[in-house]
Amino acid sequence: MLSRTADHLYWMSRYIERAESLARLVDAHYRMSLLPHSPEDLAESLRATVKALNMEQDYTKRHGHIEPKAVFEFISLDRDHSGSIFSCLRSARENARAVRGSLTSELWETLNSTWLDARAQSTRRSLDIGHFVEWVKERSHLTRGVTIGTMMRDEAFHFTRIGTFLERADSTARILTAHQSDLMPGADAGAVPDPYQWSVLLRALSAFEVYRRVYRDVITPSRVAELLILRDDMPRSLLRCCKEVYGNLKSVANEQSAETLRRAGEMHAMLHFARMEELLSLGLPRFLQQFLAKLNDIGHRIASDFLGSQAEA
Amino acid sequence: MPNTPYNEMFFKEGTGRAHYQRYAEWLGQQPVDRLAQKRAEADALFHRVGITFAVYGQEEGSERLIPFDIVPRVLPREEWIQLETGLKQRVRALNSFIHDIYHDQQILKAGVIPAEQVLCNSQYRPEMQGVDVPGGIYAHIAGIDIVRDDAGEFKVLEDNLRVPSGVSYMLENRKMMMRLFPELFSSHRVAPVDHYPDVLLDNLRSVAPTGVADPTVVLLTAGAHNSAYFEHAFLAQQMGIELVEGQDLFVRDEALFMRTTQGPQRVDVIYRRIDDDFLDPLVFRPDSMLGVPGLLTAYRAGHLTIANAIGTGVADDKSIYPYVPEMIRFYLGQSPIIGNVHTWMLRKPEDRDYVLAHLPELVVKEVHGAGGYGMLIGPAASQAEIENFRRRIIASPERYIAQPTLALSTCPTFADAALAPRHIDLRPFVLSGSDVTIVPGGLTRVALLAGSLVVNSSQGGGTKDTWVLES
Repeated sequence: MLSRTADHLYWMSRYIERAESLARLVDAHYRMSLLPHSPEDLAESLRATVKALNMEQDYTKRHGHIEPKAVFEFISLDRDHSGSIFSCLRSARENARAVRGSLTSELWETLNSTWLDARAQSTRRSLDIGHFVEWVKERSHLTRGVTIGTMMRDEAFHFTRIGTFLERADSTARILTAHQSDLMPGADAGAVPDPYQWSVLLRALSAFEVYRRVYRDVITPSRVAELLILRDDMPRSLLRCCKEVYGNLKSVANEQSAETLRRAGEMHAMLHFARMEELLSLGLPRFLQQFLAKLNDIGHRIASDFLGSQAEA
Repeated sequence: MPNTPYNEMFFKEGTGRAHYQRYAEWLGQQPVDRLAQKRAEADALFHRVGITFAVYGQEEGSERLIPFDIVPRVLPREEWIQLETGLKQRVRALNSFIHDIYHDQQILKAGVIPAEQVLCNSQYRPEMQGVDVPGGIYAHIAGIDIVRDDAGEFKVLEDNLRVPSGVSYMLENRKMMMRLFPELFSSHRVAPVDHYPDVLLDNLRSVAPTGVADPTVVLLTAGAHNSAYFEHAFLAQQMGIELVEGQDLFVRDEALFMRTTQGPQRVDVIYRRIDDDFLDPLVFRPDSMLGVPGLLTAYRAGHLTIANAIGTGVADDKSIYPYVPEMIRFYLGQSPIIGNVHTWMLRKPEDRDYVLAHLPELVVKEVHGAGGYGMLIGPAASQAEIENFRRRIIASPERYIAQPTLALSTCPTFADAALAPRHIDLRPFVLSGSDVTIVPGGLTRVALLAGSLVVNSSQGGGTKDTWVLES
């Protein structure tokens, strides 16, 4: 398959996944904003989120201080903000359009209608944010379903999946980063943590109901961390994402990708055999920082092994 | 308008032609509301599927639909057989001509065509002199524009032998019609067209360089911003071949490769959809970012087939067009089955005098123009426009040809919420490889503005499904 094609597929699925992750974050905070709740907590959570998404500078430049409605709109529909959901949907569609021949027509039409609809919605004067992010999640679910249900299990599929899981790992790690102070050792011992904060975190990762089912008990920071980092059966956990990245990389291996595969395997093995106590004693912030750096490295290596203009060797 | 145009559907007011009768009856029973609703449905579907063309110089929302008309253009079997035979004959002669002028130039030596008309033509590529191409085929894909005059005769208006486009609309229009009006396809025996991509791929594989058992074919596009990008992506997908851009390709040791995730892969046949000028920056335009440096080296070494071949433009130039009937006689020893539209060549003094005296009745075209630009339609032009063209003709007469204003045939068209006759033409696609093949039908283009004769999509033209009836 053409390197350029693989590159577009990889980015197409990254952007769709990113749109969904952002929609989940907005959704969780939006729900929080509807509850009788201290506005300071909401603002604090939003501030940490905007920071973890690397959007702090752009946001401040545009809107100044944190104000929920402005944050929601900035993340969701801001056409001039390259990190917004709107921009992600546009980029996903642009990448898809560049390789539409390599996609099934169902997948292309799904991405294309998503973009056409998003554009139509963005021009409406009053937009219901809750409705919009719900719609984005649905479109992402649909896109993923169409991908899995219609695409050949060939290289195109594997590069699409690599994009999805690298992005998802990145997103989960960032959300955890935004909440790292709640997850610190010792948080258990203190006062009962704010249940609203927990619900934001868990809902943003589609883990609220899962938590209840897995633990059948009160929410504690170390269990939350375990669920989102080390559970193999949790679709958005770091371990699960790394496992998928590794598996799909193995399927597309070429002559120069051995080292990339090794590093992805190492990350997977580390999470697979890790124990929560060790991660907590290392310090969650430090762990997450290292994780994001390694993920970034793998992203770069994939680009140079498979996607870039290779030397004519 | 000189004469009453030929109406494709109706023999006279209210009386349908035999092959249109069943359709006309059906159409007569359809409430206008239903037709309007079907048309809206078609628009929505085309948008969703992304069957659009890009409009240059506009940022967002820069893709538009080519308007689709829901009333098909129907051709009876016997008319199609005549067209098919005539088109094959014409394209065979054109391929012989291109081969000849890049080899022995017998037609020039015989004085049938003045040598300077060919050799001084900007579309003549001296780089191709003496280069042998597989099967001697140059125009693998030809789009021949056919019109029907007021007497009901088919005439060739133009040959497109470089990178003719529009075939994706032929295929998508059929799909759309079957989706909108399935009942019509059970009451009419319409010859299918959807095997076009298979035939095209077979043809491309059949012209691979000798000795290549399982040739790799790719489609070269200028990219997602090109106006015909949809068609490029569509055809590549339908044929199951890679859609490549110049940046995906490189030449090493006189052979062409594409960059893949598994390393370089050899390419044997390029179906290119960019013009000669952009193919190889080392030979043609040095500023081209779309092509592949060294492509011509691989080509001339015989390690690569380019479809259409480089240098076909010399045969579809408007200054060469008047000689095509002569080519048919010269190379095939036959008389042309489909004639040309009468053409005055303004480099000839007697033609020029006649045309300058009759400008308000004639159509004047630039020899190198395309897309309906740079032409004068006398009967529709203002006095000032006519005088402007007169000055331009006098200044450089060799740049122009003139033709009578044709009363292009009309077909009922759903325009502005009602049915009304609109002028149409037809572009069948002729494929040449080991054999010459034409999928029955082609792209019917329609001038949507009342009275307009310009069917080009860049100037408000639309398209129709084209039915060839099997019985």
